[in-house]
Amino acid sequence: MDRGLRLQDVRLSKDATPLLALDAKIAPGDVLTLMGPSGSGKSTLLSYVMGDLPPAFAATGAVRLDGHDILTLPTDKRRISILYQDPLLFPHLDVATNLAFGLPRTVPRAKRRAMVDAALADVDLDGFGPRDPASLSGGQAARVALMRVLLAGPAAVLLDEPFSKLDANLRDRMRSLVFDRVRDAAIPALLVTHDEDDARAAGGQVIRL
Amino acid sequence: MLRPLPLITALVLAGPVLFGVFGTILPAFGVGQPAGQGAPLAQVIAWPGLASALRLSVTTGVLSTVGALAIATLILAGWHGTASFRVIERLLSPLLAVPHAAAALGLAFLIAPSGWVLRVPALALGWDVPPDLLILQDPWGLSLTAGLIAKELPFLLLMMLASLPQTQAPACLRVAQSLGAGRVAGWLKAVFPSIYTQVRLPVMVVLVYGMTNVDVATILGPNTPPTLSVQVTRWMMDPDLALRATAAAGALVQMGAVIAVLFLWTWAERGAARLGRRWIWSGLGLPERLSRALGLTFAILSATAVLAGIAALAVWSLAARWQFPALLPEAPSLRAWTRFGPEMLSVAGDTLLIAGVATLVALILVIGCLEAEHRFGLTTGQRALWLLYLPLLIPQVAFLPGLQFLPVWAGAGPGLTLVILGHVIFVVPYVFLSLSGPFRAWDTRYAKVSAGLGASPDRTLWRLRLPMLLAPALTAAAVGVAVSVGQYLPTLLLGGGRVSTLATEAVALAAGGDRRAIGVWGLGQTLAALLPFAAALLLPALVYRNRRGLRHG
Repeated sequence: MDRGLRLQDVRLSKDATPLLALDAKIAPGDVLTLMGPSGSGKSTLLSYVMGDLPPAFAATGAVRLDGHDILTLPTDKRRISILYQDPLLFPHLDVATNLAFGLPRTVPRAKRRAMVDAALADVDLDGFGPRDPASLSGGQAARVALMRVLLAGPAAVLLDEPFSKLDANLRDRMRSLVFDRVRDAAIPALLVTHDEDDARAAGGQVIRL
Repeated sequence: MLRPLPLITALVLAGPVLFGVFGTILPAFGVGQPAGQGAPLAQVIAWPGLASALRLSVTTGVLSTVGALAIATLILAGWHGTASFRVIERLLSPLLAVPHAAAALGLAFLIAPSGWVLRVPALALGWDVPPDLLILQDPWGLSLTAGLIAKELPFLLLMMLASLPQTQAPACLRVAQSLGAGRVAGWLKAVFPSIYTQVRLPVMVVLVYGMTNVDVATILGPNTPPTLSVQVTRWMMDPDLALRATAAAGALVQMGAVIAVLFLWTWAERGAARLGRRWIWSGLGLPERLSRALGLTFAILSATAVLAGIAALAVWSLAARWQFPALLPEAPSLRAWTRFGPEMLSVAGDTLLIAGVATLVALILVIGCLEAEHRFGLTTGQRALWLLYLPLLIPQVAFLPGLQFLPVWAGAGPGLTLVILGHVIFVVPYVFLSLSGPFRAWDTRYAKVSAGLGASPDRTLWRLRLPMLLAPALTAAAVGVAVSVGQYLPTLLLGGGRVSTLATEAVALAAGGDRRAIGVWGLGQTLAALLPFAAALLLPALVYRNRRGLRHG
């Protein structure tokens, strides 16, 4: 089986004006970095892969995940998670419930608790489970957002400028954390960024639009 | 399941209105009436009070709309962003929640010759008896106009505030001020035109309500002749069934008058725009201090009239003996509450049941529409907006009588179900206006994150969107309950006399003159409308007391 995320002759246009053309394959654990100026269609491509293309845009081509065409699937069935520049932790749920949100319902309650605790310990946030997300620092929230995605067990991850709002010191640590975890979990990742340092840290193929 | 909801909502809004209009119009032309009766339209035209009733309806409607719009504009232009304005802003929700009938009854207690206002000079000047003045129910409709201004001002102010984010008001004002305009003149020249474009429909709603309301006009308006809508209601409720056709014809005349005035209003809008452009070209300013002072004075007067009126209702309900010109009763007494309280509470239960069901239905429809808009990328055009406002733009007397035929046509009779349907028609627009802004402003990236974690759109709605929007959803529910609690004519006509609510009882008591009874019922109606607002404030604060990210304000 052809493992990984395949973007096959994908072409995006807005109001019949061509915007982006791409043919790429991301192997499990690899990161493909897309760089380009604002308005070049990077984030729109992520929306397309997620299954949420804005109405003003049109797209052709195929998106395959582990060999399966996913374009006909609704977003929640695609098994593709996304990390934005904001952690977007659900503000009405505590940290533990945020982490457990994407766990399959079939996982027993005790095991869910153990998985959440282990995930928190993994990013040095032991005991943070009952905390209010609004009480976390930027770096802590970013780590929780990453672990929430990883716990859901996605087949691919989209990274929409996930480090752009972090301060420089924190940014380096988060880059290592994200890319290491993506590699360890063997998940293909598509990174959209303006920052050359992001691309260098990702270490994979870079496409400039 | 969500996809058809916008269509169902459109049908819920437009269907009964159109059915009702036809049901009202046809008897006006003698259709379905026994032979031998005169032409109903001719009977209305021959009614000696028609010219006065029409004049009264038009003048009170237009003056109250112009007055409320002018004060709302002056207060926003002169005070928006200041500490004084924040106080006014905090008062908006409670002022808006006070039902029209209760506000009118309270105002009557204030401005009557024996009311609180005249007791002050009476004490100072040594009057023993109230002055012989026709203040309440004056033939020119001045007290009615004042009551309508006091009640419609918070609504218009809220609508204008809601429209501010869609304009670049602060930037435009700064540019105007940098070009030498004063604060008020700059706001009127640079900001008002775009704000008015946004609130045009709500202004028209106020105009139509001002011309056609029955509850406020019954309490504060003149009796002989009354406004046309009150006269139409009298014909409708008359035991002589032959007068139903006359009522239908009267409703038709009322609708004609409303259409004519709306047409004239749009013509006046163009005239005002031309005058505004001429004013801008002239480079003239405004007496800034005077304009700001006028805006603030009228806003305070208006708010005080409603709040002091409610206080007057409360004091009267607790008064044992209260002679003119004493400012307070000689002794407090719970007699009125023990006498009228149990019945009032029982009717309050029915009122809240109707309001609860109507609001629940409205919330389901509105949330369904907004969620469908989000999921399927639907857009709300100008037509949808007109549809939303349709039940508020067609005079109630022009379609509620016809709507009475709906259950007859379906093989049933008037009663609770029809009353609830009638309330839903009026509750939906307000719930939509209240909830649509926060619902659309919700960061949809949460939905994408959630879908990426494998959550279905339904799970995202129930587990994320609605809990995160708990505060605005509860506020919208409180608005819905307040609107329903205030509905007089729909309950009266669609209940066929079998359904009593706090609104129908309070208005019925107004004619009786038992101030203690009016106090109990008026206060009961106010509390029924206000308590849900209190719950809407307290519940989210309680539920999310440990969630800093969801604490607003």
